[in-house]
Amino acid sequence: MSVQLWTYIFVGITFSLYIGIAIWSKASSTSEFYVAKGTVNPLTNGMATAADWMSAASFLSMAGLISFMGYDGAVYLMGWTGGYVLLALTLAPYLRKFGKFTVPDFIGDRYYSQIARTVAVICALIVSFTYVAGQMRGVGLVFSKFLEVDIFWGVIIGMAIVFMYAVLGGMKGITYTQVAQYCVLIFAFMVPAFFISAQLTGNPIPQLGFGSKLVDGSDMYLLDKLDQLHTELGFAAYTSGTKSMQDIFFITVALMVGTAGLPHVIVRFFTVPKVKDARISVGYALIFIAILYTTAPAIAVFSRTNLITTVNEQPYDQMPEWFTTWEETALLNWVDKNGDGRITYAPGQAIVGSPEINRSNGEIVRGEYGEVTLLNPLTSTENELYVDRDIMVLANPEIAGLPNWVAALVAAGGLAAALSTAAGLLLVISTSVSHDLIKKQFNPDISDKKELLYARIAAGFAVLVAGYFGINPPGFVAEVVAIAFGLAAASFFPAIILGIFYKKMNREGAIAGMIVGLLFTLAYIGFFKLLYPEYNTPEYWWFGISPEGIGTFGMLINLVVSLAVGMIFPDPPEEVQEMVESIRYPRA
Amino acid sequence: MNNHNLKEYWAINIRYVLILISIWFVVSYGFGILLAPTLNDIQIGGFKLGFWFAQQGSIYVFVILIFVYVYLMNKLDIRFGVQEVEEGP
Repeated sequence: MSVQLWTYIFVGITFSLYIGIAIWSKASSTSEFYVAKGTVNPLTNGMATAADWMSAASFLSMAGLISFMGYDGAVYLMGWTGGYVLLALTLAPYLRKFGKFTVPDFIGDRYYSQIARTVAVICALIVSFTYVAGQMRGVGLVFSKFLEVDIFWGVIIGMAIVFMYAVLGGMKGITYTQVAQYCVLIFAFMVPAFFISAQLTGNPIPQLGFGSKLVDGSDMYLLDKLDQLHTELGFAAYTSGTKSMQDIFFITVALMVGTAGLPHVIVRFFTVPKVKDARISVGYALIFIAILYTTAPAIAVFSRTNLITTVNEQPYDQMPEWFTTWEETALLNWVDKNGDGRITYAPGQAIVGSPEINRSNGEIVRGEYGEVTLLNPLTSTENELYVDRDIMVLANPEIAGLPNWVAALVAAGGLAAALSTAAGLLLVISTSVSHDLIKKQFNPDISDKKELLYARIAAGFAVLVAGYFGINPPGFVAEVVAIAFGLAAASFFPAIILGIFYKKMNREGAIAGMIVGLLFTLAYIGFFKLLYPEYNTPEYWWFGISPEGIGTFGMLINLVVSLAVGMIFPDPPEEVQEMVESIRYPRA
Repeated sequence: MNNHNLKEYWAINIRYVLILISIWFVVSYGFGILLAPTLNDIQIGGFKLGFWFAQQGSIYVFVILIFVYVYLMNKLDIRFGVQEVEEGP
């Protein structure tokens, strides 16, 4: 059976499962819609959190990204897992004890101020919308690559599915679909990894495989071999990387703290019954996440090695079938600069921009050796190979010569990862509107039924907006992911931490801190990413910190401003201090 | 539960958090980043140690830290009588 047929089967089965769960778990009150009534089992919640957290980027792009970054890829691996330690130790149990529905709820009540609540709502909306657009795009991409469906229809189908279970079931529906989606995505990620690890190193456990010796008879460790290949081709050694140490440090802090401050992650810990459950639930979540996050760097090494040994200095006409298949999707392309018919792989870009296939009357124009030709201007580097980083996960099963059903599984896994994250974000958006804005600011007397209706309308509206951005992505979608983390780090995190651990923190300090941290981070990222991308190089960065890492700086500024401004103004009212006292103890 | 005891509970909690966060920092930012070039001189199996901490080891330590905290806090809750009441079926 073809990959496409298998893909239809897997996608069909998984989507029916998600819809079935949606119908079974219809929410009937706001408490059910927002936090699944706070009755989710901690293990279930851990699994749902893992799916919520791991997006299309974790599933499809991360391993590929790491394989091109080598050691530097550690910023994502540590940055996107280390935040869970902060969550378990400093946030989740206390926010659970506080026992409301959203992060702006906490900020608004703790800082006894509607302004603080509004600032928090705005942050939550910016962070979530930025993030969700990328997810819908991921859904569209998987559909177009595997099923040859238009990106437009791919996004529409994805929207329809999310609409079903997010709008009907709310948090309850989302939780149980996320559990199903976690199972799909982790199975799809691990199966190719086991096979490839066993093929290359004889050890099927990828986490051990990439530290083992190769089975090709060379008696070399895989990583030593890869370092050697890299050095021979003129790349930096795989295990040492190229970013500066302070930049690695700052990016890792920004991602960790950003993770701990992301509203769609935090809100998952409102859904368990007790403080004790919130703590252990973070632990379960991290185990489920770690399974993928410790496998990804192994896949990165396997696919990097496979790629280099397959293509470098080999004649084009001896390339395996997958090479030619992926050429036609413009994800893997070869330009014969020196006219020797062999593929030269070296540092630097091979072509200017991303590949545009040369077509005449709809037919691909082939070169001397039968290769797909491109319209792009060539660069002056020796490199003749264009490789899209997403290909590392997408093409892995084919590169390793695995059966068709494995490749189809990857498609279903990518969809599960994108849909689960999108749903979690959409819920945050709808809750922010119906609860934090309508109920808390404009119409406190609204009935529960009405509020639930508004929540559904807001969720439906958010699905449409997300879909729009999925079909017409603003050019900077990839660029703005940094904003989501930077903003979460520079705005929420200090306000929540101070709110829990510093009883005398008052509203003036917290609001000033959030606004200054937010504006500073936005300005820095906006300057380098949107306004003057030509200056986005280390020599212009402050202290060598890239826009990806600036959230850390924003967070420090937020802390300093909060404490300094806080000293000028009076202490918070007695009842607020008592509230802070009470969230510190599970029962009291 | 009197106030004095609650203060002690909170002080011990803060101490646990500080100790565990220090380990968190040393393993990820210390071993994985600042000391990584030095640790890379040590090789265990196919892994250079600094690289291993940055891409594998720190993640395992993160998981362990959370479960240690859960264990310590569950014990502490009971010692100070602030644990939540189990609801009967």
